[in-house]
Amino acid sequence: MSCGMPNRMRDRAKQPFGILRNSIFRLALLYMALSIGSVVVLLGFIYWATAGYADRQIDATIEAEIKGLEEQYRRRGLVGLRNVIAERVSRDPGGASVYLLADEDLEPLVGNLSRWPEPAVGDAGWISFRLRDWGHDKSEEHQARARTFALRSGLNLLVGRDVRDLEETRARILNALAWGLAITAALALGAGLAMGSRVMQRIDAINQTSRDIIEGDLSRRVPTDGNGDDFDELADNLNRMLERIEQLMEAVRQVSDNIAHDLRTPLTRLRTRLELARSGASLSEESREAIDRAVEDADELLSTFNALLRIARIESKHRLVGFVQVDLTQLVQDLAELYEPLAADKEQQLVVQVREGVSAEGDRDLLFQAAANLVDNAIKYSPPGGRIELSAKIHAGQPEISVADSGPGIPREMREKVFQRFFRLDDSRSTPGSGLGLSLVRAVAELHGAGIRMEANEPGLRVDLRFGRSGESTPFPSDSARAP
Amino acid sequence: MRILLIEDDQQVAAYLLKALGEVGAIADHCADGREGLLMATTEEYDALIVDRMLPKVDGLSIVRTLRASGNHTPALILSALGEVDDRVEGLKAGGDDYLVKPFAFSELHARLEALLRRGAGESPETRLRIADLEMDLLARTVTRGGTEIQLQAREFRLLEYLLRHGGQVVTRTMLLENVWDYHFDPQTNVIDVHVSRLRSKIDKGFDRPLLHTVRGAGYVLRDAESHAG
Repeated sequence: MSCGMPNRMRDRAKQPFGILRNSIFRLALLYMALSIGSVVVLLGFIYWATAGYADRQIDATIEAEIKGLEEQYRRRGLVGLRNVIAERVSRDPGGASVYLLADEDLEPLVGNLSRWPEPAVGDAGWISFRLRDWGHDKSEEHQARARTFALRSGLNLLVGRDVRDLEETRARILNALAWGLAITAALALGAGLAMGSRVMQRIDAINQTSRDIIEGDLSRRVPTDGNGDDFDELADNLNRMLERIEQLMEAVRQVSDNIAHDLRTPLTRLRTRLELARSGASLSEESREAIDRAVEDADELLSTFNALLRIARIESKHRLVGFVQVDLTQLVQDLAELYEPLAADKEQQLVVQVREGVSAEGDRDLLFQAAANLVDNAIKYSPPGGRIELSAKIHAGQPEISVADSGPGIPREMREKVFQRFFRLDDSRSTPGSGLGLSLVRAVAELHGAGIRMEANEPGLRVDLRFGRSGESTPFPSDSARAP
Repeated sequence: MRILLIEDDQQVAAYLLKALGEVGAIADHCADGREGLLMATTEEYDALIVDRMLPKVDGLSIVRTLRASGNHTPALILSALGEVDDRVEGLKAGGDDYLVKPFAFSELHARLEALLRRGAGESPETRLRIADLEMDLLARTVTRGGTEIQLQAREFRLLEYLLRHGGQVVTRTMLLENVWDYHFDPQTNVIDVHVSRLRSKIDKGFDRPLLHTVRGAGYVLRDAESHAG
């Protein structure tokens, strides 16, 4: 069981750019990028097929005109060419055709341009220029495309066309394509997010259920839509898994109760028989001693069983049942008062540092039990003359009680393990104790939604029990050293 | 003393009856709640031991019914549940003490004795004494053989509880519940250290020790001269 994981999940949504880490959102972005990519390829092709076609049409028209002029030139020579050009220009002065015949020095002879445009020659004889700049009588911004070549007589000829209409068409096509792209992107993002948010809702429902279960409510089930999709299947499988876990937990609890019933009761009876035997007949001092020791052994066994069952019961308990506002300041002071003579026996110094009015919601006796277990360990593991410090304070708005000792401490890598049942730091198990004290502390902390943190006290160990702000359960956010 | 035991578990009942007999109590036994309630209302008992879970009428209802009808026979409720809030519930219903199964018989015995004493009526005493040890509750002073003994607040309460139950065995859990007001299970002998501190203050330097340890059970404050054993 973990009290850390759900917090981490919850924190993720709050982090800046947290949404970028959300897999659904990333999927939507990827979906959008792919859509845009394929639409760009598609639109590129459309552009090439439409605007490119118009370009080729223009070129073909120019080529045809050239062919016509060439025919005239061949048949009627330079004079014929000049006449044809002059005739064409005068017949259609504002037309789309552009002609210019110039001499060797590019001085114009005839045509509807007053100067030879720059650059004089272009790629394979093709050039582009603005008509107005080169003396055409068009007043607006018109672009022209033309082919130039030198005639055998040394003269230069330019034949072209006003491509304003083509430019306009091209711009319109580009505009339409850009809008198409934008709409596609918006639709892709919208659809991705819509689909994603639905998926996210269902994943959230599963996460919420998981958190409830982690916090102890094993009766919760993942909701299903009933439409038999993948998520329903996932939910069904999770629910079946939960049912199985619940059955197993129930079985474990049953086993615990059986242990309680089958072992504790006869053990108690055995203890009572020993007690009665001791007080009854006239026994030798030796037999009395032996019986006393047997009673003590029985007590030790009983207390281990009781602790085990107690932990199991606390773990299965639901939060807030019978919770009241507990004065932690008073609790720590009572604890110090109770344990002071024990510490004094070991010549240890028990120091109390409390702030007035520290309180938390909880079960007073269980909290006292948990804190007492910590103090007990602190006294047990601190050397004679050591110092033990108990405190109750508010840390970042959260009530906290701490027990610090000056013992050998617990290595960082062991801090998780010490909460396991029967785990002992010294393998020889020579120190007294059942190995259940910290398990109980953790069970109580979990019941209260409190975090446990172990830190080096140099020398020694400090254990903090931090409670959430009224019902909140994020005592030690993003901390790996806390109890899971 | 006359005790009524209302307990449906035959094994538990059998051994409790035997053990109660051994300590000189006369005990009647009922195995179901209705019969138990009938016996409790018709017969006179010094104390009742009532199991919480019973067939027909449950233990808490028995105690509640008795209290409602003006019957204040001390009642000790037994429970196998062992939850702290259950304990509170049991005491609210009118139970005088609460014990979780399984328990050591010495624990039950000590608590019964304490209940009987309470049943005898707690007079508003201002002075408590045993042998030459005297406590003045008004002046909050303790003297032994005329010499004043300085006690800390908690030691005073501890001694007061022992004096009020003079001659009776009190267990460590009883002390924790009544003197410290916490119901918990200490891993170590914290109570023993407090008791031995108190002992060093009231017994040290006097030839007759008054505060005795009862092995496997707890402590008793008594004048050893008058109670041999």
